[in-house]
Amino acid sequence: MKKNNLKNRTILSFVVFFALAGVLVSAWWWMSNQPKVDFTPKPFRQVLELNGQIWKSLFNKNKINECSPVAKGKKPRVNGAIGLKQDFDPENWKLEVTSGAQHLTLTMKDILALPRTETRAEFRCIEGWSDDVAYAGVKFSDFMKAFQLNPNTYVGLITPDEAYYVSLDIESMMHSQTLLAYEMNGEPISLENGAPLRLIVPVKYGIKSIKRIGKVYFSDIRPPDYWAEQGYDWFAGL
Amino acid sequence: MKVVEKHALWLRVHHWLNVPFLLLMMWSGTLIYWANDIYPGFFPESFYSFFHIDHRLAQGMWVHFFVAWLFISNGLFYLIWVFTSGHWRELIPTLETFREALPTILHDLGLRSIAPPQGKFNAMQKISYTGVIFLGIVEVLTGFAIYKPVQLSWLLSIFGNYETTRLIHFAIMIALALFILMHIMQVIRAGWNNFRAMIAGFEVEHEKE
Repeated sequence: MKKNNLKNRTILSFVVFFALAGVLVSAWWWMSNQPKVDFTPKPFRQVLELNGQIWKSLFNKNKINECSPVAKGKKPRVNGAIGLKQDFDPENWKLEVTSGAQHLTLTMKDILALPRTETRAEFRCIEGWSDDVAYAGVKFSDFMKAFQLNPNTYVGLITPDEAYYVSLDIESMMHSQTLLAYEMNGEPISLENGAPLRLIVPVKYGIKSIKRIGKVYFSDIRPPDYWAEQGYDWFAGL
Repeated sequence: MKVVEKHALWLRVHHWLNVPFLLLMMWSGTLIYWANDIYPGFFPESFYSFFHIDHRLAQGMWVHFFVAWLFISNGLFYLIWVFTSGHWRELIPTLETFREALPTILHDLGLRSIAPPQGKFNAMQKISYTGVIFLGIVEVLTGFAIYKPVQLSWLLSIFGNYETTRLIHFAIMIALALFILMHIMQVIRAGWNNFRAMIAGFEVEHEKE
């Protein structure tokens, strides 16, 4: 091959190389600067939603979050106090439940009268840490059965001060390890861990396991979710 | 002077796509790692503040779980190409490769005058390129395992538990970063002719006098 031809081919190759690099950089810049949906540029939010759809369709309810036995009285890790900042008297706590036209107001006595379930799981925080915890409480599926609540697509839960709120798919809520929990590591749940009643969903990141539940409701429209609004993935399944 | 076609177009495309994909994965992975940096002192505060790593967990996740698909697709198509094109014969080390490894290193360090005979890649290139592909595969698998530790518990158990899998995922990221540094140094040492081949595809061989 002639020297000139080589030179031309080299120049052409480098021009194409930098042009394609420019296209990639522009595409990235465009994506990153799209209007934000819940604090996330729209194309990235769409991929998070798509990922959620994929893992929701692959969800196997028989998969269990397993961990080794936990020593009684071990202190569970505490992280986050959103929704727990108001003055609060657990003795006067009540749980509001809304399912269609049905409305219930329950006390701790009503909850304790339901079948007790114990489970243990590695509690996984979206930040990256994890902590083995033993739980006792009422299976959410037992709770629904006891009060003949109709399942909708989503379940929403809110703290009494309405500062923290989550929403979950019904499949994860019906999982055998999903509890309305009142005990952690063999002891009543502490105030900072969500007394008197908190949600435990071992098939989700900890952000979904809302503390100090004030209200539970069922909906076919996805209810708001505190951390999904802050830029996290809504599904957050493990 | 003889012109040799060295790197096929597909190889070059996969190679260069890995640059943005891998850098974005490392960067977004570090944004995620910051939220619970459990390996004390690995990244000093000055590193976090210099690269603006702090308080960007949400961004880290939306980037990581998007680019991951691109990185995986690029890797899969590359692997399919490697095995269907026959390129694997030039890439995968054999017993002979390991015998030539030490002489190749000694030659590289200037401690041995004659380089062992080689094809497209020398012995250490075969070992490190194949090794880095293997690391990439393990990185993807450990990534899936810590992404869905309950649904993919079988995958998690291959690597131990949640903590060990996280450590492997992190350690491989460091290994890949070191590979990239080493690779760039070696490319600079090898010179223009070699570098041009990765972009234009051809290499010029000068006839021996």
